[in-house]
Amino acid sequence: MSETAIYPHTDRSRDLSQPLSALGPDESLKANSDHLRGTIALSLLDRLTGAVAADDTKLMKFHGIYQQDDRDLRDERRRQKLEPAFQFMVRVRLAGGVCTPAQWLKLDELARAHGKETLRLTTRQTFQFHWILKHDLKATIQGLHDALLDTISACGDDARGVMCSVNPAISQLHADVYDLARRTSDRAIPRMRAYHEIWYDEERVATSEPEEPFYGATYMPRKFKIGFVIPPVNDIDVYAQDLGFIAIGGPAGLEGFNVAIGGGMGRSDQSAATYPRLADVIGYIPADQVFATAEAVMGVQRDYGDRRDRAKARFKYTIDEKGLDWIKAAIEARLGFALEPARPFHFTSNGDSFGWTEDETKRSHFTLFIENGRIVNRPDRPLMDGLREIARQHRGTFRVTPNQNLVIADIAAEDRPAIEQILRQYHLDGSNAQSALRLNSIACVALPTCGLAMAESERYLPDLLTKIEAILGTHGLQDEPITIRMSGCPNGCSRPYIAEIGFTGRAPAKYNLYLGGGFHGERLNKMYLENVGEGEILAALEKIIAHYAAERAAGEHFGDFAIRAGYVPEVREGRHFNN
Amino acid sequence: MNSVVRPPLKTSGGQGDQYQQGAMPSYALTATQWSRLRDLASSLSPAQALWVSGYLAGIANAADGLAMPVSLAEKPADEFAEAGRAGPRKLTILYGTESGNCQALAQSLAEQTREVGLAPTVTDMADYKPRLLKTEQDLLIITSTYGEGDPPQRAAGFFEFIEGRKAPSLPDLRFAVLALGDSAYEFFCEAGKKLDRRFEELGAERLLDRADCDIDFEEPATAWRKAVVAKLGEQAGGAAKASISPLQHGVATAPASAAARSYDKQHPFQAAVIENIVLSGRGASKEIRHLEVSLSGSDLSYEPGDALGVLANNDPALVDEVMAKLALDGATPVSLKAGETTLAQALTRHVEITTATPRFLDHWAKLSAAAELARLQAVDQTEERNAFLRGHQIIDIIRRFPVPGLDAGEFVSGLRPLQPRLYSIASSLAAAPEEAHLTVSVVRYDLNGDRRSGVASGHLADRAEPEAVLPVYVHANPHFRLPQDDRPIIMIGAGTGVAPYRAFLQEREVLGNGGPSWLVFGDRNFRSDFLYQAEWQRLMKDGVLTRMDVAFSRDRGVKKYVQHRLLEKAADIFAWLEEGANIYVCGDAANMAPDVHQTLATIIETQGNLSPGAAADYLRGLQRDERYQRDVY
Repeated sequence: MSETAIYPHTDRSRDLSQPLSALGPDESLKANSDHLRGTIALSLLDRLTGAVAADDTKLMKFHGIYQQDDRDLRDERRRQKLEPAFQFMVRVRLAGGVCTPAQWLKLDELARAHGKETLRLTTRQTFQFHWILKHDLKATIQGLHDALLDTISACGDDARGVMCSVNPAISQLHADVYDLARRTSDRAIPRMRAYHEIWYDEERVATSEPEEPFYGATYMPRKFKIGFVIPPVNDIDVYAQDLGFIAIGGPAGLEGFNVAIGGGMGRSDQSAATYPRLADVIGYIPADQVFATAEAVMGVQRDYGDRRDRAKARFKYTIDEKGLDWIKAAIEARLGFALEPARPFHFTSNGDSFGWTEDETKRSHFTLFIENGRIVNRPDRPLMDGLREIARQHRGTFRVTPNQNLVIADIAAEDRPAIEQILRQYHLDGSNAQSALRLNSIACVALPTCGLAMAESERYLPDLLTKIEAILGTHGLQDEPITIRMSGCPNGCSRPYIAEIGFTGRAPAKYNLYLGGGFHGERLNKMYLENVGEGEILAALEKIIAHYAAERAAGEHFGDFAIRAGYVPEVREGRHFNN
Repeated sequence: MNSVVRPPLKTSGGQGDQYQQGAMPSYALTATQWSRLRDLASSLSPAQALWVSGYLAGIANAADGLAMPVSLAEKPADEFAEAGRAGPRKLTILYGTESGNCQALAQSLAEQTREVGLAPTVTDMADYKPRLLKTEQDLLIITSTYGEGDPPQRAAGFFEFIEGRKAPSLPDLRFAVLALGDSAYEFFCEAGKKLDRRFEELGAERLLDRADCDIDFEEPATAWRKAVVAKLGEQAGGAAKASISPLQHGVATAPASAAARSYDKQHPFQAAVIENIVLSGRGASKEIRHLEVSLSGSDLSYEPGDALGVLANNDPALVDEVMAKLALDGATPVSLKAGETTLAQALTRHVEITTATPRFLDHWAKLSAAAELARLQAVDQTEERNAFLRGHQIIDIIRRFPVPGLDAGEFVSGLRPLQPRLYSIASSLAAAPEEAHLTVSVVRYDLNGDRRSGVASGHLADRAEPEAVLPVYVHANPHFRLPQDDRPIIMIGAGTGVAPYRAFLQEREVLGNGGPSWLVFGDRNFRSDFLYQAEWQRLMKDGVLTRMDVAFSRDRGVKKYVQHRLLEKAADIFAWLEEGANIYVCGDAANMAPDVHQTLATIIETQGNLSPGAAADYLRGLQRDERYQRDVY
């Protein structure tokens, strides 16, 4: 029975069923783009500008490429009668954040050649190049191709890079779940012949087959994020995913997944109708139903998502608009079976555990703290060189963590001394000697490259942390893990709305301060101060931290305390976030 | 010649009214005559008006039986010899010019010869038909030298002819040469020397010894003109009365606009700097600046393509060091040709204290009695001398070869006058009234351990903040002009050579009368050196600029220069030329201009299926028709 038959009164006025003229302009852009080709090839040839045509900037997101410009130079170059210093962010698609040493070496080489000698690990477990010039794009993407990497749908209205817990402690479970994550990623992304033609110079092949059997001409209403988590560590922030799979193990290993839907961070300061939302767990599926479930959930969002207003187009709004039960029924209708009741599971934190671990197969893993995911050589700390040297020696894999750190994974016992030696040689062995606060911090990239940023993030959070560390030190809390996250804008790439202390940029040096997020990602925080500078932020934190030090219950996390002490009310549902 | 004549951009309110309201003299015209004259007058440019005044004066004199009939110039060339025997000898003044100085000198010379009753014909070598040489009787030549001993570019054809085998013997010709040059170059005044030698070889009689003038040419040039006019005057027997000649054979050489003549390098306008920014983006390997100066209050006007002369000062720090090294007091009075001043003033404003000339070397060799300098003076030491002069500026020579107790006047007497520098104007008065914009490449280099700057560009970069005052004047560039009609234009420029095209396109945008336009720009790096990038993008978007190609020579990958882009677009370039496009080249004279020239020849040859010779003729034809214009330096 069709969903429409089940729910005859469903409002279809804003979704895929409507003609393009009734939908938002981006829907027409996608539909008329010849499946994401647009005029990208021509734009790349235009020597008069370092930019691409405006429509192509949107289409190129599906290719994993964001046009940006150096915002530090924007005014200066305008006065110099030069166009902005256009450059591109290129985001690799890397399911579960796993790459081989050979791939690492290629990424390193490309970053040195085209990316201003830096790489950025992201909150969705992948690599970003920044500063790539237009005329270097093709060489960069072909270089990635040489290492069997691509950037397909790393951005855009499609299934973004699929996340997976790094879980260094249990190797077999990680291997099984990662395998599903990788295959889900391969199935969920667009076919993208355009990508092969534009970047690899492949011929266009005439075919009667539909180019995008799942997506059609208009793709998803907006981005769609999928993640796999292995309890008890909620490192991927499964509640922030549009579709989360929570691994449930039994005596024989992986059995299945609880399904969580409807998470998402993005909101706007201007519209109270936009809000962050945590995913709801709607049931359990056996492991062999993962692909079918992903397709059913994405299909519901593809067909019912709001295509008139991009600010309301994420799955979380579709769910709140239609109702969770309606959505669940629609998913089950597509699956052809009812979800089983969710199985019990337990999270303890959403952070990483640093340093050496040994798994059940006696292989070692080293988790390295990388502040804000920034891989770059500094005079006293040649991180990029050191990691390149490790990649040259390493025979296992690398795993990028959702907290922008790095696991040097699968090290055989006999290889461990060599890795340790390199860590020492490049002064990386002390990297993890940080306050618990800093080890649990995340900043997005923001200025100077991100076009959305309204305030600093990556360049500022480390300094702010130093000041907060001083406060914590005064109160003997330097070893207390507190999640703290900063985003340069309200879109929330660093998932700031589930931090115990969150910041989103409002204007240069001005932030909203949020408190009360759950330590393992289970609860949204709440705005405590709006649009304030560092002085007010530190004054507020000084007062609350002192209070916390004095009156915390045993084992009570800072976010829980902030609610109990009445600094902010508890947010139980995303749509009440702005209340 | 293609000096553009167009209505004044600004009307100086009510001048026409004054004519109408003015009292009519007693010998007044009839109403019809008056009406016709008024119609004619209202359609004239200043240059035309000047010419017409001479024409009418000639009619008046002819009517009084005082001068040559108006129709002289219309006689066939071979009748001149006949006429010559009967009357005064035929006098032709030929000039070859790059910057306009020789043209101006030729005009003055013509004026002076008219004052002694002669009727000279003044012609640019570029427009002169060499076969007329046989008909010439008295030929006065004024030419500059370009680059390494070459003739002015547009005069190259004349030189080729005269130096070639087809040159006729000229036993009946009398000639004299005035040569302009720059003694900082090895082949000083070489073009003039060549002609002087060659006319002698062809059997012509030298009327007067050649004069070689350095960049401070005024005084020797004046002396030469005086001498040559005296010679000619003797010949004419002093019989001819002063008269006004109505016509110049050849082309009416338009002086710079009337307003521009009110300020010149002797009398510059004090222009306030409005803006001074660095155009080069971060990481650039050079420093290009954009300056805007206000011409407000000057009534100065210029055409797109003209240049602005800037009288820069020497770097005060250098002035101080020179005085300190010589232990001279800045307040010491010194006397210059221009008058009395202090040493500090002289060194700051009036004399060149950077580039050392052979003359300075001689001067210093005498003063210092240094054996090394004396040795360099030897005739066979040319190469070493040149190498020494490249490696030593005046300050370096002063430092190495001290002369204790030197007299201020003695020192200054060895120095050349500080010359103005010319910059192509990068703006149009139509778009930026009362302003002139400049695109300045700042010359900076290290020499003998010091960071040094070009005199003018250093002044403009370091000491020309907004509100500072710069002495400037307009220097006409009549051989670099937009077409008068809406024919297509192809503009090729490298580096600051793009400046006049900004003026061209501003003009076409405001006047709205332009045809298709194609800009080919080259520089080092896309990111930092794409001069005026945002403006070109806007002009493209608005359709004022039809096409644009760029070539960057230092970006990653293959080195590309403008000529490579031309070659890639060969079919289109040729098609544009065939459709009547004008083609302009501006910028580097040493490499870019010859490379582009060769590339154009190749394009014409391959696209037009022409022999190399025919392609060369095609290009020469474009040059002759002023459809191929160059402003290179």
